[in-house]
Amino acid sequence: MTINVKTFPRLADAASALSQERGARFLAGGTLVMRAVNEADPSIETIVRSTDPSFVNISVSSGRVELGAGVTMAAILAERELSFLHPVARAVGGPAVREAATVGGNLFAPSPYGDFAAALLALDATVMLAGGVGQRELPLDEFLSRRDRGAVLVSSVAFKRPASDAFRFVKVTRVHPKGISVLSISAQLPTASGRVSGARIAYGAMGPAPVRAKAAERALEGRTLDSAGVAPALAVAHDGTAPHDDAIASAWWRREILPIHLRRLLLGEHPPRHS
Amino acid sequence: MKTPIQFRLNGEEVATFVEGGANLLDTLRESVGDLSVKGGCWQGTCGTCTVLIDGVPRLSCVTLAETCAGHSVETVAGLRRGADLHPLQSAFMERFAAQCGYCTPGMLMAAKALLDKNPNPTRENVVDAICGNICRCTGYEPIINAVLDAARSDSRRRA
Amino acid sequence: MLEFRKDIFADERDDNLKEVGQPTQRQDMLGHVTGTSPYYDDHRFANLLHLKILRSPHAHARIRSIDDAAAARAPGVKRIIRAADVPVNLNTLLSLIQFGKDDEPSLATDVVRYKGEPILGIVATSERAALEAMALVRVSYDQLPAVFDVEEAMKPGAPSVNAAYPKNTFEYYNKYDHQKLRYGDADAAFAQADIVLDERYQMSPIEHAPTETNGSIAVPDTNGRFIVYTSTQALFFSLDTSAKINAMPSNQLHFIGGTVGGGFGGKVDTLTEPLAILAARLTGSPVRYRLSRHEEMQFGSPRGGERIFIKDGIMRDGRIVARTVRAYFDSGAYTRLSSYAVVKCAAHIPGPYTIPNVSADVFCVFTNRTPATAMRGFGVTALDFALECQMDKGATAVGMDPLEFRMLNAYRDGDMKAHRREAKNCALIECAQVAAEKANWALRDEFRRMSSRQGGGAARAGAAADRSRAPAPAAPSHAPASTPQRVSYERPTPAAAPPRPAPPAPPPRSAMPPPAASPAGSTHGAPRFSSVFGTRRR
Repeated sequence: MTINVKTFPRLADAASALSQERGARFLAGGTLVMRAVNEADPSIETIVRSTDPSFVNISVSSGRVELGAGVTMAAILAERELSFLHPVARAVGGPAVREAATVGGNLFAPSPYGDFAAALLALDATVMLAGGVGQRELPLDEFLSRRDRGAVLVSSVAFKRPASDAFRFVKVTRVHPKGISVLSISAQLPTASGRVSGARIAYGAMGPAPVRAKAAERALEGRTLDSAGVAPALAVAHDGTAPHDDAIASAWWRREILPIHLRRLLLGEHPPRHS
Repeated sequence: MKTPIQFRLNGEEVATFVEGGANLLDTLRESVGDLSVKGGCWQGTCGTCTVLIDGVPRLSCVTLAETCAGHSVETVAGLRRGADLHPLQSAFMERFAAQCGYCTPGMLMAAKALLDKNPNPTRENVVDAICGNICRCTGYEPIINAVLDAARSDSRRRA
Repeated sequence: MLEFRKDIFADERDDNLKEVGQPTQRQDMLGHVTGTSPYYDDHRFANLLHLKILRSPHAHARIRSIDDAAAARAPGVKRIIRAADVPVNLNTLLSLIQFGKDDEPSLATDVVRYKGEPILGIVATSERAALEAMALVRVSYDQLPAVFDVEEAMKPGAPSVNAAYPKNTFEYYNKYDHQKLRYGDADAAFAQADIVLDERYQMSPIEHAPTETNGSIAVPDTNGRFIVYTSTQALFFSLDTSAKINAMPSNQLHFIGGTVGGGFGGKVDTLTEPLAILAARLTGSPVRYRLSRHEEMQFGSPRGGERIFIKDGIMRDGRIVARTVRAYFDSGAYTRLSSYAVVKCAAHIPGPYTIPNVSADVFCVFTNRTPATAMRGFGVTALDFALECQMDKGATAVGMDPLEFRMLNAYRDGDMKAHRREAKNCALIECAQVAAEKANWALRDEFRRMSSRQGGGAARAGAAADRSRAPAPAAPSHAPASTPQRVSYERPTPAAAPPRPAPPAPPPRSAMPPPAASPAGSTHGAPRFSSVFGTRRR
């Protein structure tokens, strides 16, 4: 079977092709799709691409960030305005992977991949979908709950800039400096008068898709970020998680270490690079 | 239906026809005849197939070949200048930074990508530059030392 | 770089080492850094065909039927290779030295015994075409109970894994289900010991994961010959195995290799060459059979997991007076090199320590896992891990420094080993002393003064008594007198031996005086360190 490659200058046309062509799959960086093609995945008959400039656009204003779904981890690392996201982007693969891996691709990456998507979840991101009846916007967690259904094309993601120093991230791996996640934790911890107000916590590799730790978020509301203050959140750290066994770690291990790393993250104890 | 593509390989224009979905690794080895690029996994996980595209490290096994049309690709075959080895190649030899040699082409390209952008890397920079390349033989230390040596010798030459 | 401690055993050296200790560049290093070292796949052929193998998804199943008609008609497919096409479809690697029964098919016939076992070959114009055709093959299986644990596999009633060895253990000398070592009386010694330490150690299987996967390309040459480019570590093993499986004279095969992209023992099993050659014979075209990374993990042999039980009887003063070892090697579904691993393990017990009462039973066990093979000191490395963990625990049990505990129990020249050979050229004590010095590890004076050349021999418990019971050197010490399975490794006594040929003169080197006559008549500089050429005392 020959594969057809179709490249579209406009994203909307790529979206149409994705829903109309048989066995169509959208190719961004290639780390997922090309692997499947190399393995003769029979479900891929048409590769759809786009050269639309908006797809790789980074727009940062005082209040808001919008990232084209084709923006690579390397492009994020090159953008000084996004320095709070650098620890996340740097933790995705090695240098060559970062030149290819995209924001959009990460949204579809199966667990234990998808740490950037987990970070976006903690940033309360929304997802812009192309095609169909114009653009549609939906919250990221809603998108993640139905990402396996049907052919959708993400055109960009958007979120409000977090307060400076309010965003924290840790990726727990066995291989340093980069490796597949045992788990990752992203947290947005805005404070008012030293007390947490409106926390967002998201986990990677603690379920089939990145997941919000809503019980832990509620338990942190109004608390100080010290041992006593974070204890209630740690007690409900596992709520909403459904980790599984894979080659990297067992579900049991992931559950065991989650509260330890959450505690260190909330108390600001993680060393800069390693976990 | 094959697609014609033309790109610059190690400074020379090359052209070939590719099947839909062909990856750059197989295109370089099978169609263009550059056997200096090696394949370890065809999954984008080992780094063996690392090449430079427009100066940036990329995994050729998960790169769609036709996206290279009009771009510049560098492989190990293009490292040496005639009889002279690239400083990285000499440094790898002196530091015994290869045993089976299979990861070496990918390592050299990853290291070149680093030194071309950062001629004075720290050890941590080097570790990060090669962290996507698996070596099963050397334990990485000789490779890290070789890259640092090459950086130092390069800077001495330019000084 | 390297530091030489020539002060140690100085009187035994004639110090004529010229190459050892000098850095020497690899002959292929320039090829490696220029990307020109020729791995097997660095050759291009017109009309190259690709062989992909359909593999069992089950650990243990009977094959009820295979329907490959649609696959045979699929675009790009040149040939389907079935079990019946393989001229000699049962083999074991070490049949080349008459060790073990042929037990492993190249393509499964009626039963599959591990997940990943090859069932059918598809030769096509591209890998993609072969994989797409493979998806059209219909195989129906009746799943069978499977066993994955070595001790479970040895229980009566366990599923029988390997048809050549129905009781799930390899047979030595066609009679024994394990390798056995007996020296002294371990049970009696345990009763006298102050402390008994009984522990269990378990390894995981380890995959070599070389950066280059296993693969080969078979190319028709003139007059019925085939050139085979291969990743193998073992060119002669692979050539002869391929000749046997293809029922062709070995002089029709020309194997080219030697550039291995990582082996570590994972490229000794001749996994791809026989079927690549068969495919080339059946199609008349060059054929490449290359393992994908997934196949390398699933089908490529690992070092099998070992389960090792060690029981030590230790006196309060630190002497180990008894050691029993029971070890199970998980060979997976077929033998490959595990039979040999067990022999090496038995030969290594009880480790480099003089223990007057030793008993060992080592089993090669079949389970429904991927067949295991050589890897980096296989047979010995896992055992050493277990032995040395045991030594640490023993030291703790008697309240002794772990290094001193080892030195106390280490072999000394003249000791009798459990294998009824006299220990000679021992150096563990000296190695421990140097290691302690380097690590700033304090040793008591008595231990800093110890020597491998002192305190050994009849003074060590059990040595004199047992030497008188040692069998005559001519017979293999552990085989029954009636049916020796293989040639003894004993060297002939000097009177009977043909004169050893003089070694070739070394190539001329600048300004090097010829070596002085070596001590004890050996031609090498340091007889203590040369197990092959060192003097043997009987």
